[in-house]
Amino acid sequence: MKKFLPFEWIAATRFLGEGIVQTMLIVTGVSIGVGVIVFMSALLAGLQADFLRRMFSSQPQIVLLPPEEVARSLRHETNAVTMPILVKPNQRLRSIDQWQTIVDQMRRRPDVLAVSPIMSGAAFAVRGDADKGINLMGVEPDTYFNIVRIPEKIVAGAPRITGEDILLGTQLAIDLGLGVGDKVRVMTASGSNRTLTIAGIFDLGNKGANQRSAYVALRTAQSLFGLTGGVTSVDITVKDAYAAEEIAQTITASTGVEADSWIKTNADFFTFVNSQNLTNAAIRFFVGVSVAFGIASVLVVSVVQKSKEIGILRAMGASQGQMLRVFLLQGGIVGFLGSVLGSALGGGILLAWQTYARKPDGTPLFPAVIDMRLLALAAALATLTGLIAAILPARRAAKLEPVVAIRG
Amino acid sequence: MADEILRLEGIRKAYNVGTPIEAEVLHGIDLRLAQSEFSALIGPSGSGKSTLLNLIGLLDRPTGGKLFIEGRDTSALDDKALTALRGKTIGFVFQYHYLISAFTALENVMMPLLIERGFPDDAMVRTAEGLLEQVGLTPWKDHNANNMSGGQQQRVAIARALAMNPAIVLTDEPTGNLDTKSADGVFELMRQVNRKSGTTFLIVTHNMSLAHRSDRIIELVDGKIKSDTANEAIASSSVG
Repeated sequence: MKKFLPFEWIAATRFLGEGIVQTMLIVTGVSIGVGVIVFMSALLAGLQADFLRRMFSSQPQIVLLPPEEVARSLRHETNAVTMPILVKPNQRLRSIDQWQTIVDQMRRRPDVLAVSPIMSGAAFAVRGDADKGINLMGVEPDTYFNIVRIPEKIVAGAPRITGEDILLGTQLAIDLGLGVGDKVRVMTASGSNRTLTIAGIFDLGNKGANQRSAYVALRTAQSLFGLTGGVTSVDITVKDAYAAEEIAQTITASTGVEADSWIKTNADFFTFVNSQNLTNAAIRFFVGVSVAFGIASVLVVSVVQKSKEIGILRAMGASQGQMLRVFLLQGGIVGFLGSVLGSALGGGILLAWQTYARKPDGTPLFPAVIDMRLLALAAALATLTGLIAAILPARRAAKLEPVVAIRG
Repeated sequence: MADEILRLEGIRKAYNVGTPIEAEVLHGIDLRLAQSEFSALIGPSGSGKSTLLNLIGLLDRPTGGKLFIEGRDTSALDDKALTALRGKTIGFVFQYHYLISAFTALENVMMPLLIERGFPDDAMVRTAEGLLEQVGLTPWKDHNANNMSGGQQQRVAIARALAMNPAIVLTDEPTGNLDTKSADGVFELMRQVNRKSGTTFLIVTHNMSLAHRSDRIIELVDGKIKSDTANEAIASSSVG
């Protein structure tokens, strides 16, 4: 007997050790449950993180836009009721008022990681007889590449954007028969045009985007669209992607510009992420419940098997509280052991996943996230589940009348 | 009379109280046991011996009457106080030994002390070793209870019953499951302990030859004490 262990611990561990096969079976059951939770949680967290990383590497989390133009009535007659018919005006390309001040303001915010002004609009890329409608974006590469990681997406040439350069999407380059170093004429609806050199070709991972995207320097775009010194939007990346909508609302409130978050513009995707989280939580809950029932049923059997021993312990002076603790501890120990082995099992399966689930090029399909907090949480929850599951059998053991228990 | 250990005044016990099948099995038992007495409780099956033993052992509560242990009225005690009193003043030896199979012989003997003190210590190990020596099982102290013979297990149970140095040891058919030689050995061991330490013993038995080796024989029939006789009287009456 270990001298530092109290009676309850000694009895609980001995009872578990005595029925070692029974104990091993239930610990294995708990381990599998915890392993499934750890593996699934890490897999889903990795999948989501990878998906969001891919998404945010080609789009900002918040876009600031100028407020919509609205028509207003100019007739104001005294002593008369006027009923003007207002026609919604066309939303022409225009700059965000005081955008430099707003950009400075955004850069000072602690919840913002990167800010980049954009000048974008519709244009044509023309080569000989062929022309394609494009979305021309004028950017400052130093700041913009912190938001949309174009350098990582370059498949030919370099991510260089000077006043004479243009970067094209892969499909656009194919459609126009262009390659790095070729010249292409870019023309806007107002008739402004400029011939630029293709510095690089990028792949955004989406055929539609690759077919119509082109990047030029901010000043080049401002000149082509006739908005010298103006920007049509400001792209922002924030520290917590899931807080983007709240941040966007505070930006609108403080600056008056329209702020669209990815949560608002990708509502379906966000719903999908939420559904996935909900499904994961439901699976965890049901696995937890089955683990709890497993522990409870084994302990109920143990109480029945040991009723005479419980009776004799009570006859020797063991209190109801001591008997309650002996069986609660057994539940807690089974839960804890199961969680430790389950975490190791989950970690092992994740490691195998990382090793064997690979793309054709040998890189991991997506990185599964092994979070130590998740392991600690799983251990704590499994131990708690064991304790909760043991309440009923432990109460039953504690309430056993010694004379009834001994008689069997 | 020597110091009184146990006093029963009009003890009654009924089962299914308040129901149509209510049945009283003990009908007003009066009994006194003094310190150092070695008494046998005999009677036919169903006479209420085990019920009486359970009441004396504070494992069950009477439906009427009063029960005093070392002069203390137990009727007003709650479950917690009864459990504590039982642990300190009463030792039990049952027919089926009821050793705790997950523990060794030594640990089984230590168990009442461990329950009371909470943590194991050297003093309780020494006490348990001394008791095992007294019952002649020192070489078996580290053996698991399951690996011992019936007689050995009952000796361990006797040592365990003595661990708290109780005022009274209650034994329910302690030799009922043993062969004649082992039964004799176990009985003689209890008598030795009784003579040496002055511990009061109350033994429920069907074995009349063992009962006749007791100081006093109490006969229970149909829930009432039919006779309560000192051993000398029995001996002289049988001679006469």
